[in-house]
Amino acid sequence: MGEILRIDNISVSYGSIRALSDVSMSVDEGDIVSLIGANGAGKSTLLKAIVGQEPLKKGTISFAGETICQTKHHSLTTDLIARRGIALVPEGRHVFADMTVEENLDMGAFMVRDQSLIEKRKAEMYDFFPILGARKKQKTRSLSGGEQQMMAIARALMSSPRLLLLDEPGLGLAPLVVQDIFSKIKIINEENKVTVFLVEQNARLALRTSSYGYVLENGRIVLEDKGEALLSNEKVQKAYLGA
Amino acid sequence: MLNFFQLILIYAGIYALMAIGQNCITGYTGMLSLCHAGFFCIGSYATAIICKTFGLSFWLSLPVAAVATGLVGLIIGIPTLRLKGDYLCIATLGLGEIIRNVATNFNPVGYNSIPRASLFGYQFASRNKLAFIFLIWAFVLIFYILFQQLAHSRLGRAMIAVREDEVAAQSNGINVTKYKISSFVLGAAMGGIAGCLQTAYTLTVQPGSFTFMVSVMVLCTVVLGGMGNGKAVILGAFIIQFISYLPQLTGLTNVIPAQAKQIIYGLLLVVMMLWRPQGILGRDKYRYGDPRTRMEKLSDFFRRDKKGSRAKGGAV
Repeated sequence: MGEILRIDNISVSYGSIRALSDVSMSVDEGDIVSLIGANGAGKSTLLKAIVGQEPLKKGTISFAGETICQTKHHSLTTDLIARRGIALVPEGRHVFADMTVEENLDMGAFMVRDQSLIEKRKAEMYDFFPILGARKKQKTRSLSGGEQQMMAIARALMSSPRLLLLDEPGLGLAPLVVQDIFSKIKIINEENKVTVFLVEQNARLALRTSSYGYVLENGRIVLEDKGEALLSNEKVQKAYLGA
Repeated sequence: MLNFFQLILIYAGIYALMAIGQNCITGYTGMLSLCHAGFFCIGSYATAIICKTFGLSFWLSLPVAAVATGLVGLIIGIPTLRLKGDYLCIATLGLGEIIRNVATNFNPVGYNSIPRASLFGYQFASRNKLAFIFLIWAFVLIFYILFQQLAHSRLGRAMIAVREDEVAAQSNGINVTKYKISSFVLGAAMGGIAGCLQTAYTLTVQPGSFTFMVSVMVLCTVVLGGMGNGKAVILGAFIIQFISYLPQLTGLTNVIPAQAKQIIYGLLLVVMMLWRPQGILGRDKYRYGDPRTRMEKLSDFFRRDKKGSRAKGGAV
């Protein structure tokens, strides 16, 4: 299938500090692509740039053939990018903590005007994440970290995006929960035909789940290959897999 | 004594209108703004100019005051609403003072003997407080209902999402800037309407009466009652006005200095923050995700009942 997201030579700076320099990459429709890298490599910055939260110093980002981000003043705003079909599950989940699970999902469907469609999708989500169905009237604040992460993913799926961006879905969660979430991500990708681009520190799990992977170091892409190939790459093993 | 109660009712109504606006800005959208005195001032001046200078009807000045204040809200909202938290608070505080100073320089003596408002030939005279109580509280009722509807609409949902988490709101396709500005403009317009009604009551406008203290009182009203709760801010307006007229009510004007009420407000805020930070009545329950109107809900309720029984029958 064709390319859905294309990042062309982008640079992002925070003041005088370069966070990303000349990053180019692409995500094919229907794939799971992961980006791995150490703390401070610029992973989250890249995701923020895609959804228009960080202005680009140079380069372009295009989605489904149309440019969404360019240098200052030519980019779309985050909400417009979301409307094109990119849903971001931000780092640290950013759930509406004082709202119930159901209300959070309603918020995820803000762009959907058809109430019956919203109800249908909510039912699908409760089916897919049974724990959310059981907790739908509960305040999100009272959910565990793993449950909140699932809720954040479910909320992002409510708008039925074409591309799902996940920023460290395994952050601060128990290994078993992380595995559960990754297996769900795989199912979402296969059954709902949602392209997934995920950023993760847990390199092994991320690469195992993905068909393609990129390695980011100090704001530059240093390696890219099929997921399996990266897993057996000597450099990656040394730096990220602790082998 | 009765006189004072009537006075409290009138001012509680005027502050309730302002508090409804402040609640829209601070309670629902979560922006800490401190310039309601400025909006109040613009509304009062607009009314004074239209009724006195142009000799037009009070009923015309009401929408003009609302629109003019809303416009000023829009103009100052666009640059300032990028700021967050304390910065927005300080910027709006400054803007409130700018509006007051501009008004003072525009007309330092203010306006006196503004023509009375009339309705179906009845003239609203300041000494007939009862008529004003009805007039003002009719407006409070109308705007209370309107803003309750708003809170449970799509716009209200977006505003609450912005308050809860801007990043999450944006990721869900909500244009944060647009909803912040809409909320600010609506809240500002309420300040203008309150100013208009106060002018109709006092028939004078003095620039000295739109001090920073007014903004603080309005914010206190909202915090005291409960942020994001329509009923609560009206209750808050009563309490604040009650405290404000406490020396007169108890007949202790000689014992309690006028400044005492500022101390009481301050104390009250500290006590509230310590023991009940959500306000007396707390936040309104969320009811979104259900965009049906009350009538639709009612009809759905009966229909669902029938469907439920039919489904049961089918199962048997």
